Amino acid sequence: MIEVHELTKRYGETLAVDRLSFQVPQGAVTGFLGPNGAGKSTTMRMMLDLDRPTSGSVTIDGRHYSQLTEPLKYIGALLEAAAVHPGRSAYNHLLWLAQSNRIPTRRVDEMLALVGLSEVARRRAGGFSLGMGQRLGIAAALLGDPQIMMFDEPVNGLDPEGILWVRNLMKSLAAEGRTVFVSSHLMSEMALTADHLVVIGRGRLLANLSMNDFIDQNSHSFVRVRTPEPEALLDALAAAGVASTAVPGGGFEVMDGDSAHIGDLAREHGIALHELSPQRASLEEAFMRMTADSVEYRTGGGDLQQPTAEPAAVPAWGAAWKAGKRRREN
Amino acid sequence: MASPGAVLLSEWTKVRTVRSTVITLLVAFVVTVGLGAVICLVTNNQFKSMSESEKLTFDATSTSFSGVYLGQLALIVFAVLVVGNEYSSGMIRVTLAAVPQRTMLLLCKAAVVVGLVLPVALVTSFTTFFLGQALLGSHRTTLGADHVLRAVLGMAVYMTFIALLSLGVGFMLRKPVLSLGLLMPFFFLISPILSNVPKVKNVARYFPDVAGSQMVHVVTNSSIPYGPLAGFMICLAWVLATLAGGYVLLKRRDA
Repeated sequence: MIEVHELTKRYGETLAVDRLSFQVPQGAVTGFLGPNGAGKSTTMRMMLDLDRPTSGSVTIDGRHYSQLTEPLKYIGALLEAAAVHPGRSAYNHLLWLAQSNRIPTRRVDEMLALVGLSEVARRRAGGFSLGMGQRLGIAAALLGDPQIMMFDEPVNGLDPEGILWVRNLMKSLAAEGRTVFVSSHLMSEMALTADHLVVIGRGRLLANLSMNDFIDQNSHSFVRVRTPEPEALLDALAAAGVASTAVPGGGFEVMDGDSAHIGDLAREHGIALHELSPQRASLEEAFMRMTADSVEYRTGGGDLQQPTAEPAAVPAWGAAWKAGKRRREN
Repeated sequence: MASPGAVLLSEWTKVRTVRSTVITLLVAFVVTVGLGAVICLVTNNQFKSMSESEKLTFDATSTSFSGVYLGQLALIVFAVLVVGNEYSSGMIRVTLAAVPQRTMLLLCKAAVVVGLVLPVALVTSFTTFFLGQALLGSHRTTLGADHVLRAVLGMAVYMTFIALLSLGVGFMLRKPVLSLGLLMPFFFLISPILSNVPKVKNVARYFPDVAGSQMVHVVTNSSIPYGPLAGFMICLAWVLATLAGGYVLLKRRDA
């Protein structure tokens, strides 16, 4: 287990990380979420003993990173893509890495095959695309067969196929009982992969909870109704004891109704309906609300435009996550 | 603790698997030997027109090593790139995540530089000595003459020192452009110029290249108040100082 305790990093006047404390639970995917500039990468570098904390500490199974014997066998990390000498081949890059931690050389070929780089393994890494560089970085992280994996924005710059591949990889790593700690600035990405969430903004902890709790707290479903006779429908709903709120644009939202019940109710009262659609508030929206005060650079014009709710036809994030969870448990 | 043997092997693999290693070391050899040969040839042809004092202080051994003035620049590039490449590519963070013991990392890098540069330097110094002496004709000296073997070995040690010093500077300045921008003009221009400026040269004579040149002199150079052993010690002090500087900064700074 990784424990971050009162971690602080100050660069001159700016406080990049501010008394941050959290734990990364074992055998799960923990999403490390925050807007750009929130201090995610700084925190991750301190976890790997690359950056020196101003104060506070990070321990891995009770030990400081530099006390780990052959750390690649404990923690595999992908911090930035293409952290490779451009003139060295992918094979040789993994080779020196393996040798430094006495990892069997056969792992090099196995990892290259796993990430699909076997054919270009002898080519200079300088000619790699962003996606290939990312794959090489992931191969490096997996090299020592570590129980803990850390990925810093692993899907940045990847094409949809690559994103899917990384997503599935993280899920399968967690399914094998490994601890995965992955940073992102996209709630949507985390909702698909993470079991647990650590949200930070401006270096401070904003939330530390399970994905389930986050969904329960933030993803309320409702039914959007549009009718030419709103008065009549509101009365009918009120009579049936169903709460509703009017929204701009002539329609209203029914909080805890299900669409069949509302449809039946409208028919009984002879009210025409122009829209009857189940909705789910987006987690992205909840995340943006949570971090709104800590966004480093705002776009001009004050408040961020709140994104509208996603139609339920697109599988809602919570549902996708729950399906993923079921798959993992099976 | 990572095992030192493993880190050494890994650092050796790094050095061995980039093209710049072979290129820079080959250039160092070719330039040192080639320029030394040309200077020996010219000296032999011009010997008669030299002044009496020049003839009296003529040092056949160190003349054949004249090429190192230029050849050392390739060694500087080699050593700076050993560490600078890691910083310019961001690979240093991969390295330090794999080997968080920074002291060991620095020592292993230094060991690999010595292990590679010293043999190359030995081959270079003996080759340039024998070729140079052959081209000096009647003014030549032999390996068996007094102090000559010490000078030839001193030349190899000097080349290794230059590489280590550059490694230390590379660890301090990190960016290869910065390190090269400091070291190249220093050895190529600044030190030779300052060595000829009155008063300043009293300080400049303790610069590493001047101290190093004392290591390869057989005939005593009256303008420098110390001998070969002191030259070696001064050079070593420079090496240790830059490596210590690199060590302190590597230990303290964020990667």
